[in-house]
Amino acid sequence: MPLSVPIFAPLAAGLVSALLPRRWARWVVLGAAVFVLGFAIGSMADYPTSGFRLTHVTDTKWIPELGIRYTLGVDGLNLFLIALTAVVWVAALLAAALRDWERPRLFFFHMALAETAVLGAFCAQDLILFVFFFDLMLIPFYFLIGGWGGRRRVAATTKLVIYTLVGSLLMLAGAIALGVLATPDGAHVSFSLADLAQRGVGKGTQEWIFLLFAAAFLVKAPAFPLHGWMPDGYRAAPIEVLIPFSAVLSKVGMYGFLRIVLPIMPDASQHFQELMIAIAVVSILYGSVLAFTQDDARLVVGYSSVAQLGFILLGIFALDLQGKGAEGALLQMVNHGLVVAPLFLIIAALAARTRSGSELLSRMGGMATRAPVLAALFLIVAFATLAMPGSANFTGELLILFGAFSTKIAFGLVATAGVVLAAVYMIRVYQRSMHNRAGPEVESRDLTRGELIPLGALVAVIVALGLYPNFITQRSEDTTQLSTYRPALVACSGIESKDFGRAHFPIGGDIRCGKGYALYLRETP
Amino acid sequence: VSLLAAAGSELGKFHAPHVDWKAMSPLVAVLGGSVVVLAAALLPWRRRQRAVPALLAIVALFAAIGLTIWTWEPGPAKPIVAGALSMDTLTLGISVLFYVAGIATLLLSLRSAVMREAGAGEYSMLLLWSIAGMVLLAGAENLVTLFLGIELLSVPLYILCGIRVREEASLEAGLKYLVVGSVGSATLLFGLAFLYGATASTDLSRIADAIGTTVPLSDPLLLTGIALAATGLAFKASVAPFHQWTPDVYQGAPTPVTAFMAVATKAAAFAVLLRLFDEGLFGAHDDWAPALAALAVTTIVIGNAGAIAQRSLKRMLAWSGVAQAGYMLAGVVVGTRLGLQATAFYLAVYLLMNVAAFAVVIARERVSERGDDIESLEGLGRSSPWLAWPMTIAMLALAGIPATSGFIGKFYLIDATVNGDYAWLGVVIVVGSMMSLVYYLRVLAVMWMGPTRIELPARPGRRVRPVAGWSPEADARAQPEVLFVAVVCAAATVVLGIVPQPLFHLAHDVGSSLSSLL
Repeated sequence: MPLSVPIFAPLAAGLVSALLPRRWARWVVLGAAVFVLGFAIGSMADYPTSGFRLTHVTDTKWIPELGIRYTLGVDGLNLFLIALTAVVWVAALLAAALRDWERPRLFFFHMALAETAVLGAFCAQDLILFVFFFDLMLIPFYFLIGGWGGRRRVAATTKLVIYTLVGSLLMLAGAIALGVLATPDGAHVSFSLADLAQRGVGKGTQEWIFLLFAAAFLVKAPAFPLHGWMPDGYRAAPIEVLIPFSAVLSKVGMYGFLRIVLPIMPDASQHFQELMIAIAVVSILYGSVLAFTQDDARLVVGYSSVAQLGFILLGIFALDLQGKGAEGALLQMVNHGLVVAPLFLIIAALAARTRSGSELLSRMGGMATRAPVLAALFLIVAFATLAMPGSANFTGELLILFGAFSTKIAFGLVATAGVVLAAVYMIRVYQRSMHNRAGPEVESRDLTRGELIPLGALVAVIVALGLYPNFITQRSEDTTQLSTYRPALVACSGIESKDFGRAHFPIGGDIRCGKGYALYLRETP
Repeated sequence: VSLLAAAGSELGKFHAPHVDWKAMSPLVAVLGGSVVVLAAALLPWRRRQRAVPALLAIVALFAAIGLTIWTWEPGPAKPIVAGALSMDTLTLGISVLFYVAGIATLLLSLRSAVMREAGAGEYSMLLLWSIAGMVLLAGAENLVTLFLGIELLSVPLYILCGIRVREEASLEAGLKYLVVGSVGSATLLFGLAFLYGATASTDLSRIADAIGTTVPLSDPLLLTGIALAATGLAFKASVAPFHQWTPDVYQGAPTPVTAFMAVATKAAAFAVLLRLFDEGLFGAHDDWAPALAALAVTTIVIGNAGAIAQRSLKRMLAWSGVAQAGYMLAGVVVGTRLGLQATAFYLAVYLLMNVAAFAVVIARERVSERGDDIESLEGLGRSSPWLAWPMTIAMLALAGIPATSGFIGKFYLIDATVNGDYAWLGVVIVVGSMMSLVYYLRVLAVMWMGPTRIELPARPGRRVRPVAGWSPEADARAQPEVLFVAVVCAAATVVLGIVPQPLFHLAHDVGSSLSSLL
């Protein structure tokens, strides 16, 4: 099946449902999301357990005048993120379908458009196509938060969109410059990621373009100094919208580092490695500390995401030759998406059990007394979030720290503190809401069927992945190594990437570091 | 007698220049159409048929489009009428924009008060004349034709701006435009005279030959001429700092006329900028490019900053038009074929998105008590989605969001700047787009996210009366033609954002017209 079919299925469903009666819209869009999920499961089953072959390739002309191609493909780098998108959207749409909305057709249309855009961004193998979907995915969220959000939603959504679009527009300028400047004399402009990695640009050019891309990706994450939109945005968004937004959109930026920045700008990646790692570590500490002090349950999750994405960033820029850090980062992207989605569903369930519908931890307490299922599911999710051994998050953080320790040990040691802090803030949330004395407003009751289905499904995925994280790492390790080896080699050998020539790198094989090895690679055909 | 005979023989020696009527045919259709329209207006139409002259004008414009397709031939064309006019693809391509803008304007004014007060015949005829002036301007191969074109374009527009004689604002707009426009024309004329003085020719091709050969690049006459001509054209294109008239005139003029000025006049001004600088003055590229680049930066910053504080949609669109002129100026600055193509491409998409936006403004100001205030759009997403969606698409496209032609257009311009070694100007375009998000998104918020108070600057003490195009009896449901224009333009904006090839082919043909460019 061409990859365009699952990518555009949600959008098509959204358009069709605009013509159907109101109450059908949700089921049509949900059906398309389930179809995407089926496709994702099918391609995971088909995907070989090693190697880095691009599958499901679609490659046609789109705008030949500008050198833009419509190139899509799936490999170990995006396969599991596509699956994450599919899972999270099904859960969010299911949760949304079970409650009433004003203007439901419009709501579900925007949700569907958002899924299409996110899938497109993950599958794109052409830089401009990536930018296209990357910018586009924000627009439905602008309307979703602004149209169906809570208090001060317009200010929040405007702030969010301006913050993130500013980054995206900078990236657009960077992308065009990259494509044009990488073009050798007499050749046609190409924005294909494979061509760009092959052609490369000079170190000085890489550096300023790197900053433009990093701005776009770090805002989206959000990482420490660029997270200003996060608290307002998280507070204003409806939970069902916040789930895909927090679980998936933040990953697109991190994915962009792995897919675009590291392979195409290896020298700049090495040049700014310490800056990025510093941002990562500060995000971990700052996010963890703020998560501990928040009373609003959403913001606990929000700041914990800042910390978790700090870990992911740390893994990506660990730049070890084996690519362990990046491998852990990829696993952790999936893990974080999978824990954030149920956490928000749980917050919605908790809020439904306080009389005022409040999401403040100080108004909760004692929820566990008559809700054993809720308490059990919450406990599993909380343990997964704090990376308890036995969860996939444990494996992910371990790999990230492994990568960091092998190259930047000092930063790795500081980041380890973040693992401890995660335990502190997650256990605090659990205690404040589920244990303690029951608050005056709390009505403890167990999950309804509508709450249980999406939540139970997500927890089942978390448990399954905890039992067998190898499922992801095995299929992705060669691809992550492929995307990190150039900057890693620059980092450890100290020579510029253009001097490697077209060296064939023995992915998965015996790898040594040092100038001599790099030069040996250059000489070897 | 012998004197008379001598005079007669002298007269006999004078040959009228050969006119290539085929190449001229689109222009003839427009001018002939204006005569027919005026004659038709004299017939005693009944009340319900008073729009007939306007419909005839639309027919004339469609004929002009048809003839343009007939005469379309890519590649450099030989100037016609003794070298005065060049009906090449640059002229033809851009003039299609004038025709489309004219058709949209006539449709938008069918039900407006302007048509009733001024008479459909006179109104349509003035519009057609202005379009003829634009075609002349776009095709001018000679400084004299250029000035003739700019005057033929401007004089009918002065009248059109002030055509609602009972409205103070409309008169004010007309007068302001007349005064400022005349200053611009005079400056331009000065500049043209200096150019003639420096190069001893009014032909663009001879000027191009003279620059760098007989006339040194540092010739003060030449430089003064370039500076003054650029200033004069900057008035017409509303390039900052010569833009001050734009918001006032746009707000005061009847809204359909505003829409026409926003898209067609701008396209004409850019057509002549492209031809004058990329053909006639191309040899002096190193002289004028930095100056125009500075103007582009100023325009982008001032335009976007000015738009942020506006309540009136017409003023907002005026300021945004200033900013968009800055983006397009970047395509002129680079002086490459790619820049020419990008500018032509952007003019086309700019037309579509602006006309869609103005159509919605017109539809709302006819029924809303708030006129063209941004609040007139409040809750539009719920009450009339067929107006809200075109406006949404127009705003997203103007902001340069993907899946609209605005994104592709901006992409093309940035691509041209990077290719022309003006990458920093591309970054300025991007920065301008960021600033523009503030006011474009506000329009979306008002339409879709009400009922909530949007933080806006306070309303001015004196209520601005809904001046232009306002007819209380016209109901929102009873203006299908306005809806049609809005929906068609918005749909085209989305389609061209996803399948831009047809427009690229046209832009490519347009780019092939000037042989001087690389």
